[in-house]
Amino acid sequence: MKMEGNKGRYGSYGGQYIPETLMPAVQELEEAYERCKNDAQFQQELKELLENYAGRPSLLYYAEKMTRDLGGAKIYLKREDLNHTGSHKINNVLGQVLLAKKMGKTRVIAETGAGQHGVATATAAALMGMECEVFMGKEDTDRQALNCYRMELLGAKVHPVTSGTMTLKDAVNETMREWAARMDDTLYVLGSVMGPHPFPMIVRDFQKVIGKEIKEQLLAAEGKLPDAVIACVGGGSNAMGAFYEFIPDTSVRLIGCEAAGLGVDNPKNAATVTNGSVGIFHGMKSLFCQDEYGQIAPVYSISAGLDYPGIGPEHANLAETGRAQYVPVTDDEAVGAFEYLSRTEGIIPAIESAHAVAYAKKLAPSMGKEQIIVVNISGRGDKDVAAIARYRGVEIFD
Amino acid sequence: MSRIEKAFEKEKAFIAFVTGGDPDIETTEALIPQMAAAGADLIEIGIPFSDPIAEGIVIQEADVRALRAGATTDKLFDMVRRVRQKTDVPIVFMTYVNPVYTYGTERFAQRCAECGVDGMIVPDVPFEEREEVSGACAAAGIELISMIAPTSRERIDRIARQARGFLYCVSSLGVTGVRNQITTNIRPMIRQVKAVSDIPCAIGFGIATPGQAQEMASCADGAIVGSAIVKLIARYGRDCAGPVCDYVREMKAAVMSATA
Repeated sequence: MKMEGNKGRYGSYGGQYIPETLMPAVQELEEAYERCKNDAQFQQELKELLENYAGRPSLLYYAEKMTRDLGGAKIYLKREDLNHTGSHKINNVLGQVLLAKKMGKTRVIAETGAGQHGVATATAAALMGMECEVFMGKEDTDRQALNCYRMELLGAKVHPVTSGTMTLKDAVNETMREWAARMDDTLYVLGSVMGPHPFPMIVRDFQKVIGKEIKEQLLAAEGKLPDAVIACVGGGSNAMGAFYEFIPDTSVRLIGCEAAGLGVDNPKNAATVTNGSVGIFHGMKSLFCQDEYGQIAPVYSISAGLDYPGIGPEHANLAETGRAQYVPVTDDEAVGAFEYLSRTEGIIPAIESAHAVAYAKKLAPSMGKEQIIVVNISGRGDKDVAAIARYRGVEIFD
Repeated sequence: MSRIEKAFEKEKAFIAFVTGGDPDIETTEALIPQMAAAGADLIEIGIPFSDPIAEGIVIQEADVRALRAGATTDKLFDMVRRVRQKTDVPIVFMTYVNPVYTYGTERFAQRCAECGVDGMIVPDVPFEEREEVSGACAAAGIELISMIAPTSRERIDRIARQARGFLYCVSSLGVTGVRNQITTNIRPMIRQVKAVSDIPCAIGFGIATPGQAQEMASCADGAIVGSAIVKLIARYGRDCAGPVCDYVREMKAAVMSATA
């Protein structure tokens, strides 16, 4: 018998490994998405939202001082930090919340790590008149208190999650549990290119605008493709958004920067491609940080948004086929890059995005002056200022 | 006839769940034959997992206790091998797919067969992905237990036709855990199964009281109880055998008093 399954596969990765209770919900989502994808009116509404609400297209900024300072490749920054709500997350949530509305749902739920996806979801829910509840690890509600309050201002209810490691993976667990309890009126708005099919595909489709714009903007500015595109990777949505358009352009190096925390040899890291192995978790077959018995490892990064023990299945496949390369970046390097970009260009990046900046700093000097690197600045760093101050031994209360 | 089929042969079955290694391996090991003697017709042993997304707080906490106490898949295999010398009760593993996959699915199924585990329930492997484990189970001669839920509707026919051993019928939306009331109308679900298959149906999720067990058993072939037992284990720790067995006796009596 032919399996109806094996949907949403990227090589051997992906799939739909979720409890039976949720299967009809993901199938309903898949059908609704296929309808909307080909619906001119839906696409028009989404375009309006992206242009007139989120502020797209985002700038592609030539970082001249950084380029001069590093003395190698020309560096462009894709300014997703300038989007409404301060990160790339808005691209996906406007799509998914609009989709929820078309499906007749009245309530959205979401997980969040750093709070950027939670804030974006709460924002889209406020705009489109939906109820919104966000699940966030207790550790993250502590280190991102400002974003918690921001979500509440936007009318969302924030649930601190106290199970497990009290970070992003536990927030995902709890959001899945909540969805299994209530799906008639509720859509789970997943924040990254992960989870069961169709989420990795939907989130990638809503984020691929980043790479499309990079290509158009760079062709206009330089008349050629970049030599490398660099983005940070937790679940991997901003990276997939930046990479996707360039996958067929094999001259473009695609580089994902993983959170190495205290270092890849220290247990306190979240470098999934570097240290992980194949497993099946959170609905997908992919790479995970885990022990020999398949227990998911407690991971660590200074960045709440990258503090996740897995990676989206399409990234796992890009890593396996070698089309993209994944490199570890430590807390220390990321904090250094956070400060560097702030002083050099007057741009305070999210600590997540600072991981990508850190690798660009290493790579640029080894490249020729005629070459071009695009770094995706996935979010702005205001939310991280207090944490970075603490890292440097300065106590400020946000 | 397999041990699992025998469990449903004569009368309505009472199925007891415990988290393996909670509060320690020795306690679980002693408890299994005692629960069987007290009337449990089939025992589900949960392999504790770091991230049990289908479990409510009671079993989540049991998983944490078991993992902290050092339970591993290998230790649970060894435990079942020892338990098998004392009891013939059908035993199935309830496990998330990642511990199976990382162990090596074929190797896992083979070890189940060697140690006397009769089947496995993998809540995060739905019908569409069952080939991930079904081949290995068939090769090892153990049953992969299928599940249906209140949301399954037209999916029930397909699932029931392929079901082996027994069909795990999830009573309610959400996760495992004691519920005051089970609001789903279960009878039509079971009727839909029986129209296409004579697979025994056992209902689980939310059942705690004898009254609930009787009611659920009256519309199916058995009732599954997890969180209510795990709560007793949480409360009494290593001294849980007495209270758990009293409870099992009471629940088995309730299930048997159910009439179709």
